[in-house]
Amino acid sequence: MTRSIIPFGPQHPVLPEPLHLKLTVEDETVVEAIPALGYVHRGLEGLAQRRDYHQMIYVVERVCGICSCIHAMCYCNAIEKLMGLEVPRRAKYLRVIWSELHRVHSHLLWLGLFADAFGFESLFMNLWKIRERVMDINEATAGNRVIVSTNIIGGVRRDISEDWLKQILKDITEIEQQLKPMFDVMTNDYTIKKRTVGKGVLSKELCHQLGAAGPTLRGSGWAQDVRQLKYEAFDELDFEPVVEYDGDCYSRNKVRFRETFQSLEIVRQAINRIPSGELAVKPKGNPDGEIAFRVEQPRGELFYYVKCNGGKNPERVRIRTPTFANIPPLLAMLPGAQLADVPVLALSIDPCISCTER
Amino acid sequence: MKFDLQKWINEGRLKSPWVVHFNCGSCNGCDIEILDCLTPVHDVERFGIINVGNPKQADVLLVSGTVNHRNKTALKNIYDQMQHPKAVIAIGSCGLSGGIFYDAYNVVGGVDKVIPVDVYVPGCPPKPEQIIDAVLVALGKLKASLEKSDEAPGQETAPAAGEQPAA
Ligand code: SF4
Repeated sequence: MTRSIIPFGPQHPVLPEPLHLKLTVEDETVVEAIPALGYVHRGLEGLAQRRDYHQMIYVVERVCGICSCIHAMCYCNAIEKLMGLEVPRRAKYLRVIWSELHRVHSHLLWLGLFADAFGFESLFMNLWKIRERVMDINEATAGNRVIVSTNIIGGVRRDISEDWLKQILKDITEIEQQLKPMFDVMTNDYTIKKRTVGKGVLSKELCHQLGAAGPTLRGSGWAQDVRQLKYEAFDELDFEPVVEYDGDCYSRNKVRFRETFQSLEIVRQAINRIPSGELAVKPKGNPDGEIAFRVEQPRGELFYYVKCNGGKNPERVRIRTPTFANIPPLLAMLPGAQLADVPVLALSIDPCISCTER
Repeated sequence: MKFDLQKWINEGRLKSPWVVHFNCGSCNGCDIEILDCLTPVHDVERFGIINVGNPKQADVLLVSGTVNHRNKTALKNIYDQMQHPKAVIAIGSCGLSGGIFYDAYNVVGGVDKVIPVDVYVPGCPPKPEQIIDAVLVALGKLKASLEKSDEAPGQETAPAAGEQPAA
């Protein structure tokens, strides 16, 4: 049988991002996949030496526009730990609300793209229509739709008024109602099952060995969620990691959909329990020392290592993002797959290339 | 009455511009806003705008993000594959000048360092309404260059590119 090499990306109709895979195929079956990275590399970590530690918040927010709030939250937490700042409770709750709203919109975005990957256009349209409500909440409470820029060192920049908290409660209830029928379609539709069940199976052991993170890991039966570490206000909120056991595209899909409901529930809890009080404390002096901090991003574990030397600029900021951890599992599931399934498999890890390459 | 085939084609082109989107080192913020334009709330299809994957079929190129040393060749390739007349829209502060990353080591700068740009959309990220507006402005430019090519048939109808700096 003759082998041929087919490039997948960097400009591809299904993926909005420049993911580039060199696929070696035999007839229609993929035998090998080699990723080529670097199309989005900007050298963002290098900017740390040229920006002071406040300005760096805006840089890390732009690592990835989809989960910008969570990047900033992780970085701020690291610096706050270094400086020994105690963030007010209300600020912590507000951070949880914004970051969980980001998770909802990120998951809805992914679910829509996933539906589009196997040609289910109307589902894509419907999910994105619902997502628009979340963007409206972002815009109304933070002033921007995508990059909200609400985190500062020591707390948050803006408050959400009582009226708006009530409005958000109303909105998320409606979002939940609109999402329920979509969940039925996503999990029961014959065509979707045909395209996802048993595709790209990752066993529990393999997933662990390859160091997968986030929904990819939880889709294979590991109950691991960094939010269990109780950072921010998660110590007062109840939730359980969402786990599915089959390790195929269908499971990962289901994990993400169930997490969307879970995040909406966390927002509801946070709004019901939010205390009143200060929004931020003022940082004094410059941070000194080194620290690592982890948070849960929509795609998995996000890790920041920050080293400061008492000067204005951080000395080193190292970012390890979940997609980087999820690329080895993707390469493990591609050999043996049909060429037509490659977009579905590639999307099933929820690749965020701008995170990976920074 | 003489049937003017060229006029007929031009009308079709302006009525329904096809766009191709290239993510060129963007943070995704701009990309999700571009995709947002396709969805029911903003619904660009009412203007006949369709997002296609193949640059050879597209009239308008949307570029988001900064150009870096690796993707500048990919960007140039995509631009060269498009048929004349074509328009380029740079989206977001990154596409305009490099934005917040202007002094990062792997950043070349704005999109106009590599290919000629017709419409600039500021914002980080710009709203979907701004992007739709930009496509309509680009259509005006396409129309002008189509009319020019009607007067002088057989001439190249590329928009004035200006001197391109060495990449
Ligand atoms: S302009 Fe802003 S949102 Fe757009 S790609 Fe650049 S940093 Fe991201």
